[in-house]
Amino acid sequence: MSIASIRYATLDAGRSYWGLLAMLAGVTLVGLAGFLHLEHEGHWITGMNNQVVWGIPHVFAVFLIVAASGALNVASIASVFGQGAYKPLARLSGLLAAGLLIGGLVILVLDLGRPDRLIVAMTYYNFKSIFAWNIFLYTGLLAVIAIYMFVLFQPAFARWTRAAGILALLWRLILTTGTGAIFGFLVARQGYDAAIMAPLFIIMSFSFGTAVFLLVLAAACHGSGRVLGDALLFRLKNLLTVFVSAVLYFVLAYHITNLYATEHHGYEAFILNFESLYSKLFWLGQVGLGSLLPLALFYSPKTRNCRVSTLVGASLVILGGLIQMYVIIIGGQAYPLVLFPGMEESSSFYDGVVASYIPSIWEFLLGFTGVAISLIVVVAGLGALGILPEDLSDPKPAS
Amino acid sequence: MSLDLTRREFLQGAGAAGALTLAPGVFLYAKDPKVPVTDAVRWGLLVDTRLCQEDCDACVTACNEEHNLEDLGRPETDAQWIRKLTVRDPLGGRTISLPMMCQHCEHPPCVDVCPTGASFRRVDGIVLVDKHTCIGCRYCMMACPYKARSFIHENLTEQLPHAPRGKGCVESCTMCVHKVDAGENTTACAEACHKDGHQAILFGDLNDPDSEISKRIREFGATQIRADLGLNTGVRYQNL
Repeated sequence: MSIASIRYATLDAGRSYWGLLAMLAGVTLVGLAGFLHLEHEGHWITGMNNQVVWGIPHVFAVFLIVAASGALNVASIASVFGQGAYKPLARLSGLLAAGLLIGGLVILVLDLGRPDRLIVAMTYYNFKSIFAWNIFLYTGLLAVIAIYMFVLFQPAFARWTRAAGILALLWRLILTTGTGAIFGFLVARQGYDAAIMAPLFIIMSFSFGTAVFLLVLAAACHGSGRVLGDALLFRLKNLLTVFVSAVLYFVLAYHITNLYATEHHGYEAFILNFESLYSKLFWLGQVGLGSLLPLALFYSPKTRNCRVSTLVGASLVILGGLIQMYVIIIGGQAYPLVLFPGMEESSSFYDGVVASYIPSIWEFLLGFTGVAISLIVVVAGLGALGILPEDLSDPKPAS
Repeated sequence: MSLDLTRREFLQGAGAAGALTLAPGVFLYAKDPKVPVTDAVRWGLLVDTRLCQEDCDACVTACNEEHNLEDLGRPETDAQWIRKLTVRDPLGGRTISLPMMCQHCEHPPCVDVCPTGASFRRVDGIVLVDKHTCIGCRYCMMACPYKARSFIHENLTEQLPHAPRGKGCVESCTMCVHKVDAGENTTACAEACHKDGHQAILFGDLNDPDSEISKRIREFGATQIRADLGLNTGVRYQNL
């Protein structure tokens, strides 16, 4: 299908459209009210403490940022690798990536101890910090997406589509590397300090981003009365199947490597022995619900050609992804820091014990705010711009 | 230009000695501001665990009083700049007690990861947090191998001029930089330990071969905690 032959249309701004936007705005307002309370009182009202310093807001934020990178999969496959079937969806791919990224960044900023010092974060840089690099990578990706979308929308610039697509692909790979490196560079933590964190986060982004894209596409088509053909939907599902399997492979490689080194046996037992909450979340949530069940739905002859199974599977991948983030971010902090290897440690500062963390409503509100803002960007974009093709039905067989 | 250089130049330019208020919470100390901090010295602490009593927390109490760290009754979020750590060897059961605080590393992971440069190391070895540029991201707390840092989870009142603290920022042991800059040549924890007769904590210049701390390290040796990380800590321990 040539780009020129694709007809795009905005979503009809009917009652259900405005109702959805109003609902998302409501969630955002409630979340922002929660933020004001948190900002006024301080972080003691949350479940975060001096042992678990990053909580639910970071689970949501990192998930959204990683998913943003992966939401560009379709754009990359269309514009860089020339797969015609995905070309009509490249615009949605860019819009969704921008929305997810903005939502994730809002959460990160609102959870800062001093969100009022955002200007400091934008003007003082320590370039040895991967965090500082990520500030450029995140805001830079928004600029790259803007360039890519401009090229897509301007027929006169069509010949630059591949170049813009390559720029976006490289930028997001570096971005996800940087996000994984936030954890990979933590030399003293048993659960982190691993180079595999960077490629693990890249493949997680492919999986989570594709799952979100698939659901948003299906919802947008359903809401606007468009027919989403089986061919396109199942093609996305097949892509997702590969990514979910690849994430499992990387997780397996991570744990096998750790299990080979005796010094990591404590942490591995903590995550794998099915005794701690994090271990149960790992096996039941991340592996079972988030990986094996979707794979069964995607592969099984009875369900692999079922649209509902595909949508359920993609939803499970997102749920499993959030749980995986929880296990990585919270579990990695909850496991006690080892100051004296081989010794038993105790203190008034919770040395030698698994740190407690009970998420608070305030943290969930921040997370929901980020999700709502992401969706507002997407819904508003779909309503204002010709993002979604008018026809996404299966191509008719030649007579 | 690094932040500490800028600050030093600012102090040099200010030119006034004595306790002068520059702005709320920003003070000049009695140290002659024309004399910059120098790497000719490296301040450090030496802890002899044989002399450290398990049931004694004089160092902790002294630090809390020196910097007005309050017990708010929320141990999970209350700030602790120094804590007593009990370490037991499961083989044989030998137990030692020691104070654990910021180890004032030569290569501090907290400084490496801080996005704004708020975490910084003075050239005399003291690792500090600039409370004006800390955005409260807590990445330094994730990176610190010693769990030495605390995040301020609530509004604070009655902070002391020499220990500016505030909600939403991260803080840790300053090696009593206000005392060091005032030429007192000690820290609250070392002073309290000495006063209690244990003398388990010794403050001094690690670069001066004739200082008491250097002599003791030379004679009896000293260990870094997590020496495998290669951080070259300014706090050393004996008889671990």
